[in-house]
Amino acid sequence: MNGAHEPGFFEMKSTFKLLWLQSAGCGGCSMSLLCSGARDLVGALDAVGIRILWHPSLSEASGGEVMRIFEQCLSGEVALDALCVEGALLRGPRGTGRFHRHAGSGVPMSEWVKKLAGVARHTLAIGSCAAWGGVAAAGENVTDACGLQYEADQPGGLLGANWKSRGGLPVINIAGCPCHPDWITETLTALALGAFGMQDLDTLNRPRFFADHLVHHGCTRNEYYEFKASAHKPSDLGCLMENLGCKGTQAHADCNIRLWNGGGSCARGGAPCISCTEPGFEEPGHPFHETPKLAGIPIGLPTDMPKAWFVALAALSKSATPKRVRDNAVADHQVVVPAAKKTGLK
Amino acid sequence: MTRIVVGPFNRVEGDLEVTLEVKDGAVAEAWAGSPLYRGFEQILRGKHPMDALMFAPRICGICSVSQSMAAASALADAMGLQPAPNGRITRNLAHAVENVADHFTHFYLFFMPDFARAEYAGRPWHEAAAARFRAVRGAAAAEIMPARTAFLSAMATLAGKWPHSLALQPGGVARALEASEKIRLFALLRDFRRHVETVLFGDELEAVAALDSAAALARWAGEKPRGDLGAFLAIADDLALERLGRGIGRFMSYGNYPQAESQFLQGGVWDGRLQALDAQAIAEDISHAWLDGGTRHPAQGVTRPQDEKAAGYTWCKAPRLAGLPMETGALARQVVNGHPLARDLIQHGGGNVKSRVVARLLEIAVILSEMERWVQQLVPGEPFCAQGELPHEGAGAGMVEAARGSLGHWLTVENGRIANYQIVSPTTWNFSPRDSDGTPGPLEQALVGTPAGEGNVAVQHVVRSFDPCMVCTVH
Repeated sequence: MNGAHEPGFFEMKSTFKLLWLQSAGCGGCSMSLLCSGARDLVGALDAVGIRILWHPSLSEASGGEVMRIFEQCLSGEVALDALCVEGALLRGPRGTGRFHRHAGSGVPMSEWVKKLAGVARHTLAIGSCAAWGGVAAAGENVTDACGLQYEADQPGGLLGANWKSRGGLPVINIAGCPCHPDWITETLTALALGAFGMQDLDTLNRPRFFADHLVHHGCTRNEYYEFKASAHKPSDLGCLMENLGCKGTQAHADCNIRLWNGGGSCARGGAPCISCTEPGFEEPGHPFHETPKLAGIPIGLPTDMPKAWFVALAALSKSATPKRVRDNAVADHQVVVPAAKKTGLK
Repeated sequence: MTRIVVGPFNRVEGDLEVTLEVKDGAVAEAWAGSPLYRGFEQILRGKHPMDALMFAPRICGICSVSQSMAAASALADAMGLQPAPNGRITRNLAHAVENVADHFTHFYLFFMPDFARAEYAGRPWHEAAAARFRAVRGAAAAEIMPARTAFLSAMATLAGKWPHSLALQPGGVARALEASEKIRLFALLRDFRRHVETVLFGDELEAVAALDSAAALARWAGEKPRGDLGAFLAIADDLALERLGRGIGRFMSYGNYPQAESQFLQGGVWDGRLQALDAQAIAEDISHAWLDGGTRHPAQGVTRPQDEKAAGYTWCKAPRLAGLPMETGALARQVVNGHPLARDLIQHGGGNVKSRVVARLLEIAVILSEMERWVQQLVPGEPFCAQGELPHEGAGAGMVEAARGSLGHWLTVENGRIANYQIVSPTTWNFSPRDSDGTPGPLEQALVGTPAGEGNVAVQHVVRSFDPCMVCTVH
């Protein structure tokens, strides 16, 4: 499958059937999906052939009607094209899975997920809980939470490291806490068009179209970053990397290119990137609002940047910081605005 | 007598299983089960107190800001910190955007689709209701989802993103708003107002907020087409929804939207008359939950799973106020705050499917118009975030109102770390199990007498009338 990488015609199926299960999560990825900027989300999915068999927040069917849909998928009466799983899989207590029994059937949710993943053409982990375990696996992980095919950054999880869906792909990890609505819709659309293959996944099986970017890309605090003009407290305008825990220069996602809710992002809201698309982000080993340092240098350096360069560049840029940038960095609004030149710009 | 288990319950946000004992076609007894345990209260122990701001919103994707607000308030309480006025207003705006959006989402996506069901074919309103409200495919969904998205885009400006923002801080918000953003927010609120007035009410927000009795509501609905609220009222009359899901008659609200002094919505308890709320009288009973321990005030609460407990049938604790279950939510909030329509509705039938839904929509009208005033009070250039110090040892409580009711966080700090963190959510109150006296929770009581059995969706109306959020319930 060359997908969208070469000219040719998409193999659009007349119906691409989608089943959505909520496992041990908060429902936030579903809520995020509903913030899609599509003119009509359901219509937009339908326009590329995607039909929702059942979604827990949206569908009419309840109780026994839902169980019948599950059974139809398992028997092959209904060909399941995509199984979307939101939330971590709970194996505890003591391997029983009873921390999350599926309402109505009493069977551990993890059992339903295993069975349905076995018949689905594609299986998608929606959000970092389903991908890696995420927030549900934080602390001592009392519920023995894991992702579909990962446990933090270790391959395995509920389905096992070598598991492949019937369509030949591993679990597609649409990571994020929550994930961006477009990450879901664009992955599903590419799958429905037969235009998504192994080459479209990164080394952690995340769709590359968002994972090949860093959160740093497009960050509006870039000028502060360049000069290492850093924020010291919440609401300061400066760069959040040096003191306030921002991992945007290391985290894989396009949050500051694509933007959230029509124009926001964590950093644009004054909050550090906590690298929520990365496995294990929930246990960074330091408070989320503080940057861990060694001898005054942040331990987590920008991706692909040798430490010596960073130290040299930081020292140089700090010494060259314009007054405007230095003063604004520790204010909550611009106290010095960029000078307006009287002549044409060269 | 037959016993039926209803689940999975969709359009309730999370996992719910209701067990019913049915006699002569009606519910004789009900048990509300929350089958998912994630352990946030255990996860938070030992963490840096500020980490609560990261974990709390992730308890719930639909009450995310409410959870942030409760955490930020508990931290501020422990710090002895007053938020900057701009920060207080901005947080209120973010909180109100979520609460109003949740009411809107509940009505259109979670509640109304049940009237499109084939079981109602033949009712005079069914064809129109099916065309408009059918789940996924109805005309309303395609119309309201972009409006909801546009409204929630206020979160990009107020809090960076929704759900799960780290911008809400004990001292305010992590980002100051500029004058141009005040204009943007005001315009955005006006745009959503126009949508709501056109589609939901067929009237101005102020006219809806001014309805002062059940009779005034009926008169108003009869005057001319009143949008989707009008459609609901016609259905409610035909199905006598005011006689379905009768509540326990005790309403509680923590109060919401702090102002310079007091709150925009006053807290308290209503059981026929208004009383002050004594937060010290809150206790969580765990007699029927798969948990170890005894009945405790949440400040001293413990959460220890015990999945083999014979008396257990849910992971949900049973919160009680002075030993009694309480109904919480928009109806409770408006009754406690003294809205004449809400008070009149419960005088003529208590909490029921109709009064709960009407109160939710009434609250959209009340809050949305107020938000326009709040935006105008912002003073760009003045601080948006007060700074404070966390104590090495200390405690704090954060009590707020989520869309679906009263939400409290209780925090204890020892050695600069979280020694205890307890969360009592709205649906923990409403869908609580029996307590050690054997007293059922509010939903369990409201379901008694509800027609049940094949082809009857009354139970679904009762359950959804509470706007349950199950992921919050157990957390």
